[in-house]
Amino acid sequence: MPSLVSITLFLPLLGALLVMALRKAPAQVVHSIGIVVSGLTLTGAVLMWSRGVNETGFAQLEQFDWMPAIGAAYRVGVDGISLPLVLLSALLFFVTFIYSAKVRERSHAYVVLLLLLETAAIGTFTALDAILFYVFFEVSLVSMYFMIAGWGHEDRQRAALMFFLYTLLGSLPLLLAILGLYLGSDPHTFDMRVWIDKPPLTGTAAMPALVAMLFTFAVKTPVFPFHTWLPAAHVQAPAAGSVILAGVMLKFGTYGLIRFALQMTPGAFRDAGIAILVLGVVSALYGAFAALAQSDLKRLIAYTSVNHMGYIIVGVAIAALALDPAIRATALDGSVLQMVSHGLVTGALFFLVGMLQDRARTREMDRFGGLLKVTPLLGWSFVLAAFASLGLPGLAHFPAEFQIFLATLRVEPVADVVILGIVITAGLYLKAISRVFLGEPREQWAGMADLNVREVLALGPLLILIIALGIAPAWVLDIIHQTTAALRF
Amino acid sequence: MIAMKTLYLIVPLAPLAGAIVAGLFGRAIGRAGAHWVTILSVAISFAASCAIFADVSAGHGFNGTVYTWLASGGTRFEIGFLIDRLTVLMMVVVTFVSLMVHIYTVGYMADDPGYQRFFSYISLFTFSMLMLVMSNNFLQLFFGWEAVGLVSYLLIGFWYTRPSAIYASLKAFLVNRVGDFGFLLGIALILSQFGSLDYASVFSQAPGAASGMTLICLLLFVGAMGKSAQFPLHVWLPDSMEGPTPISALIHAATMVTAGIFMVARMSPLFELSQTARSVVMVIGAITALFMALVAVTQYDIKRVIAYSTLSQLGYMTVALGASAYSVGIFHLMTHAFFKAVLFLGAGSVIIALHHEQDMRRMGGLRKYMPITYLTMLIGALANAGLPPFAGFFSKDAILEAVQASHASGAGFAYAALLLGVFFGGLYSFRLVFYAFHGEPRMDAHTRAHLKESPWVVTLPLVLLAIPSVAAGWWIGPIVFGDYFGSSIVQRFHEEYHGVWSFMLQGIAAAPFWFGLAGAGLAGYLYLYRTDLPKKIALALGPIYALVNQKYGVDELNEWLFARGARLLGTGLWKGGDEAVIDGVLVNGSARVVGWVASVVRLFQSGLVYQYAFTMLIGVVLLTYFFLRT
Repeated sequence: MPSLVSITLFLPLLGALLVMALRKAPAQVVHSIGIVVSGLTLTGAVLMWSRGVNETGFAQLEQFDWMPAIGAAYRVGVDGISLPLVLLSALLFFVTFIYSAKVRERSHAYVVLLLLLETAAIGTFTALDAILFYVFFEVSLVSMYFMIAGWGHEDRQRAALMFFLYTLLGSLPLLLAILGLYLGSDPHTFDMRVWIDKPPLTGTAAMPALVAMLFTFAVKTPVFPFHTWLPAAHVQAPAAGSVILAGVMLKFGTYGLIRFALQMTPGAFRDAGIAILVLGVVSALYGAFAALAQSDLKRLIAYTSVNHMGYIIVGVAIAALALDPAIRATALDGSVLQMVSHGLVTGALFFLVGMLQDRARTREMDRFGGLLKVTPLLGWSFVLAAFASLGLPGLAHFPAEFQIFLATLRVEPVADVVILGIVITAGLYLKAISRVFLGEPREQWAGMADLNVREVLALGPLLILIIALGIAPAWVLDIIHQTTAALRF
Repeated sequence: MIAMKTLYLIVPLAPLAGAIVAGLFGRAIGRAGAHWVTILSVAISFAASCAIFADVSAGHGFNGTVYTWLASGGTRFEIGFLIDRLTVLMMVVVTFVSLMVHIYTVGYMADDPGYQRFFSYISLFTFSMLMLVMSNNFLQLFFGWEAVGLVSYLLIGFWYTRPSAIYASLKAFLVNRVGDFGFLLGIALILSQFGSLDYASVFSQAPGAASGMTLICLLLFVGAMGKSAQFPLHVWLPDSMEGPTPISALIHAATMVTAGIFMVARMSPLFELSQTARSVVMVIGAITALFMALVAVTQYDIKRVIAYSTLSQLGYMTVALGASAYSVGIFHLMTHAFFKAVLFLGAGSVIIALHHEQDMRRMGGLRKYMPITYLTMLIGALANAGLPPFAGFFSKDAILEAVQASHASGAGFAYAALLLGVFFGGLYSFRLVFYAFHGEPRMDAHTRAHLKESPWVVTLPLVLLAIPSVAAGWWIGPIVFGDYFGSSIVQRFHEEYHGVWSFMLQGIAAAPFWFGLAGAGLAGYLYLYRTDLPKKIALALGPIYALVNQKYGVDELNEWLFARGARLLGTGLWKGGDEAVIDGVLVNGSARVVGWVASVVRLFQSGLVYQYAFTMLIGVVLLTYFFLRT
């Protein structure tokens, strides 16, 4: 009997095979399969959540041989850093399937790709073997490439290619680093737990490995100046693709940053801590300012992702620089929670922009106006998500960013200039709200329909969790904290 | 004391429940349902506050946690209440004014399609404000702080189809965010210095860390400057008049804008540790008090006059805090809440009677048509001008005494500014009364024919608020000179006090009274007898008048420097950074480099297998050496 982790991990893949087998099935059936399978996967993730994690390394482990000759094996398990991301991924895929139920264009391929992507995502977060991790990491890339190229908007081919080249080239250095870590470990193994417990590379050898990993994860996160693929990909991706890209796949970068860069080359990471911190600060402020300049609503949200992910980089860098374990835990708690919050909030925002685009066939803010009166449900949902994104207390981003700021203040107070970002993001979201939703409704949009049941079902869970996480962050933080408090490096 | 604890919870939660019911089920319960449920919930909250007031006056109190928000790195962030004398005073003022405004709204917003939404907002505001004042820790203070800011944003932009309201709401939120930037840093600094956000714990440790206190206090005060609209972060308050009048009274006069004053008083044990910070507070307050009073004299929009008056009065409170006279500052906060609410709600009564006319040049002679509004407004103006025996006289006089007694640097300037401010206060208050209610009616004939006093739901709150505008000053004995506040705030201000009458006599013998009277008298001369003069004076003053009338150009400066600057920077980074440098030079450039490298590498592609093998071998050796050499 395979473990719960493995069942959850491969359920979507089985679903994909099922859909491929049912070639003649009508679109509704195919979408139903997608919804049911991702629903079951979500149930699996919830069960995993209820089993929890433990303070000594990884929990819910499963392992069997794969390529014993080179020390690679099928190894999966979770800890407080990965488990919240597994749950987040399962939830986002589930609501994405609900939202996507309207897709009639090559719906078989669409569902198959999305299900493949789900296995790849959960696999990336649960893999404890570097080769396995790399495989999932790369598979996700292929699925997303086809999502953008196949169901994207006007300039999708170029954007998809840019995305593919960027992240493919970006992930090659990781492979080199993995090889280096493998060669450095004794006996040779790809077991990530071993690498974490006893970092194989030390001293000067660790630095090139770290630089290689940083490069990969900086492209993926993305961090300034490796971020230009992100706005392009987001603007062209279908709404479902944007939700998964921002909500799940960007976290590969920050997750990898913690799991690989920080945990496997901790010494080098500390040495480079200031440089990474500066990169995070610049990235956060750069993203905020660049977002301020946008008139395309989707690109605006894409740039705020650069801002929010920048805070995570800051948090991880601070964790590396901190000498006091309590501060380190605070910084990492904030960073991991920020990944969850960003997934929920930006996921909701991209859904909303997608819903607007479905109705109006445009993303230009200036072409809207007064929609709050025409589509109150859509409008208020956007207002809620936007206020969450600009860091209003009581909503999801605040507890995360607050902890990052606190830890930063105690380690590198100067770096707290990133808080300036909250002024800028407030400005740009208020501007967006006023352009799109306030003012006199335009004649042109008078007949615009408000959210339908399918859309409410897709958005509702995210909005509820955004509030729940803001008011009671403890239920997620407790899981995260079990691991971050015990980290020793 | 289980029963008391339940009451503590009822105070904020009743308005929250009202807000949720009216907000989510507004359509189902209808207009009457929405106003009944919210009015009742606020009435319950007011009654509970009064009961707690009595209990605390009897010597009880509470400081404890009700909910743990999160625990991180050894610090627990909690929701808790600190119920002491400062808190209950604020609770009673907030719930009382809120109740009055709720009732008033029934009349004022009667024809508005967003009726239920409005009631939901003001109840939500009441909840947020109560959470703010009842907090026993900095984090909850910040939560309440942001929540009142959010509701203020929603209410200023209540008529969200009007471009001016949209702009005003955006501006209010953004300026407050600038203040929050400082406030949040201050709170974080407190946490890192003391390892706790609990008031009691921070206050007990603070004397040991006096050196860092100036920075902490200044950062906290930046937050107060945003919320309490102190120069130069005052720019949002006049524009906030775009919101419906009831909220101008509740939020932008009586309660939310006083949050900064309350916060500094609450933090008095910290501010007492930094003379520098207090001097800054005093000077900023004095600048606000004088220069905003000047602007009020030049405005014609009745609500804007009162808005600038509010700014000026907030400046007085701030000066009191800077002079370590915290109890006086809170006392003025309280009296001001009553008489400013009267002025705003009275102005609202006039505005609906004139079918949303706000320009005083098209009013005049209204006292014959609206006697109750006139009388209550007159009381408000008398109190605002600081004339005895009205409430404002006592609190304003006490502030001037406190500043006179202060030896802090900046006190001399502050005293002079306040004294001049009193003169202009008298001038603008009575300019308003004479312009609107005296003289010849200047509205069109149609409006004039339909002029009548507002319905009872409007006049009743006016009367009920006018009563404390007269009487509240008489509480000066216990609140300022007695021991009302006990240990809830630091008290440094002690003067000889021999009862209300002798205080009044002393006041009449002192300069501020005569300055105020002179201002009021000048208003009478200029706006009742020589109505041709004001224009001539304005012309004669030329550029000075223009500067004041244009509010010193602060808005233009902000728009030009900060707003445009941020936009330019954003566009520059995006167009210049992303598109030109990163994509243009780096990405495409590296593509070109790759092309060039490829053309070079092509030379090595000789087709000879042994050459390939040899190259690979060198590569593997180098890599292995590299990773294993340690």
